[in-house]
Amino acid sequence: MSTNAVEAHGLVKRYGPTTALAGIDLEVPTGTVMAVLGPNGAGKTTAVRILTTLTEPDEGRATVAGFDVATQGTEVRRRIGLAAQDATVDPLLTGRENLVMLGELHQLRRPAAAARAVELLDAFSLADDAGRVVSGYSGGMRRRLDLAATLVAHPEVLFLDEPTTGLDPRARSELWTVIDTLVGTGTTVMLTTQYLEEAERLADDIILVDHGRVIARGDAQKLKREVGGDQVQVVVVEAHQLADAARIVAGVTGTEPALDAGTRAVTSPIDGGVETLIEVAKGLAAARIAVEDLSLRQPTLDEVFMTLTGTDTTDEVA
Amino acid sequence: MTALTLPTGTVHPDRTPEPARGLAHDTWVIARRGLLHMKRQPEALSDATIQPIMFVLLFAYVFGGAITAPGGGSYKEFLMGGIFAQTIVFSAFGVAMGLANDRKNQAVDRFRALPMARGAVLGGHAVASLIKALLPIVLMSLCGLTIGWRIHDGLLSAVFGYVLLIGFAFAMTWVGVLLGSVVATPEGVQGIAFAALFPITFMASTFVPTETMPGFLRTIAEWNPVTTLANAARIQFGNPSTVASPGDPWSIAHPTAYSVLWIVGIIGVCAPLAVRAYQRSVAK
Repeated sequence: MSTNAVEAHGLVKRYGPTTALAGIDLEVPTGTVMAVLGPNGAGKTTAVRILTTLTEPDEGRATVAGFDVATQGTEVRRRIGLAAQDATVDPLLTGRENLVMLGELHQLRRPAAAARAVELLDAFSLADDAGRVVSGYSGGMRRRLDLAATLVAHPEVLFLDEPTTGLDPRARSELWTVIDTLVGTGTTVMLTTQYLEEAERLADDIILVDHGRVIARGDAQKLKREVGGDQVQVVVVEAHQLADAARIVAGVTGTEPALDAGTRAVTSPIDGGVETLIEVAKGLAAARIAVEDLSLRQPTLDEVFMTLTGTDTTDEVA
Repeated sequence: MTALTLPTGTVHPDRTPEPARGLAHDTWVIARRGLLHMKRQPEALSDATIQPIMFVLLFAYVFGGAITAPGGGSYKEFLMGGIFAQTIVFSAFGVAMGLANDRKNQAVDRFRALPMARGAVLGGHAVASLIKALLPIVLMSLCGLTIGWRIHDGLLSAVFGYVLLIGFAFAMTWVGVLLGSVVATPEGVQGIAFAALFPITFMASTFVPTETMPGFLRTIAEWNPVTTLANAARIQFGNPSTVASPGDPWSIAHPTAYSVLWIVGIIGVCAPLAVRAYQRSVAK
């Protein structure tokens, strides 16, 4: 088997006049986590649907676990787990019935499917509710069952389409722990997300997708460096001193800084690292400007996204 | 809620996948799910339980006195064949709803990402629907027996009558699968089912003999397979039915053969169309 659990070359998918994917290449090395990050409508789900054999690409080809998604669909389906965007466990079946049914559809014999269901219900803290109908589950429980369901057949590659959308922060961090553990078992994970924090927290590699194209790829560190390295940020105590602070920062960095009156922050890209920071600090002290916060930081992934796409993600994340 | 930690050894990605178990196995797994759905939603079964019994009782006692069965026989006995036919035509509705609901809550995608036999999802729905169709046939037979309906022509003939009804139910299942594949939402299915199925079952000899209908309507009713299915069941059970007279159309003279032709025709046309429509509708 190749060392890439997922490989895609030039994937194109059109729906009538809409181009959902405009030629995407990606590689997910075996045993790693890849996050496909992008706003709604970027083509994330379409990419997952092609890789899980749910739809065929108009152009390009892809392999999953070494098998061609277009011509060896059954072989691919035997080796993957898919958690779609909304939990797709059956609301009228109990937790146990759901897992047993999916086990049987993964071609396990009934006793093996039943044993596997018990194992997974335990692992996902659902044993007490195994006999309850899923429509009575909370959103977090349903998600957990959904994730458990994808693991029924020991998948080589796990596709998680926005796995934590709609979850509260606690349930989200619990799912993150599970995904970490999974990767420890050698399972390859490809997940889509609108949450920059989630991509940074979970993924070895990130691809940023917008309008069906990959606009950047690499790990979080690399992506941040690509949009201009370190920044110095000064937050002043008194709003009327903002302009003075900006003048001092500009004097040190040689570029016009960005001002935010609401947060009383002055932000500017710098080259010199800590030495430059010390210069800024000295200048502020000499001018007797009271400072609430002075920091050297990397851009957030939100800023990376804004720089690369020219759009603010916050609307779409909501 | 306790924190989630996956015990090591829960997942083995290097494990060899299981060999395929075949279409019949996968179909039965999906059919069992359909039966569980029926058990968990008894209210959704009303079209197969309460409704036919209600029709039997209403027509037998409210309209029964005012309607004359052909040949002057018992109206209750005439009525049973009609309501058997009506109920079976309506069985298309349940399977269409099941498919549309699957689509709505994305169950279809989950199934399609599994290493299942092709056609098992449709097959499972069809089998569950057929089992569901047996329920009203049994219930109505019992209800009919308590209000005075009898089988007069011997066991063999009655068995053939039931086989004919079940065969037609299987054909209607594929009408339902086609409807559920083409119409994507449960609401749409509901609308179309009632707009189409109600007139079809009423413009027939379901409740009244076709002889009393005005010319144009009578022609429609005489060629309506609901009429011939009802008449065929009446004949097989030895109940009062329309007696064909010279000049009646072929469908009235040979209701059983005409019904069998419809069963073959519906399955032959609807099943392949349904499979195609389903494949197309889900592969987006």
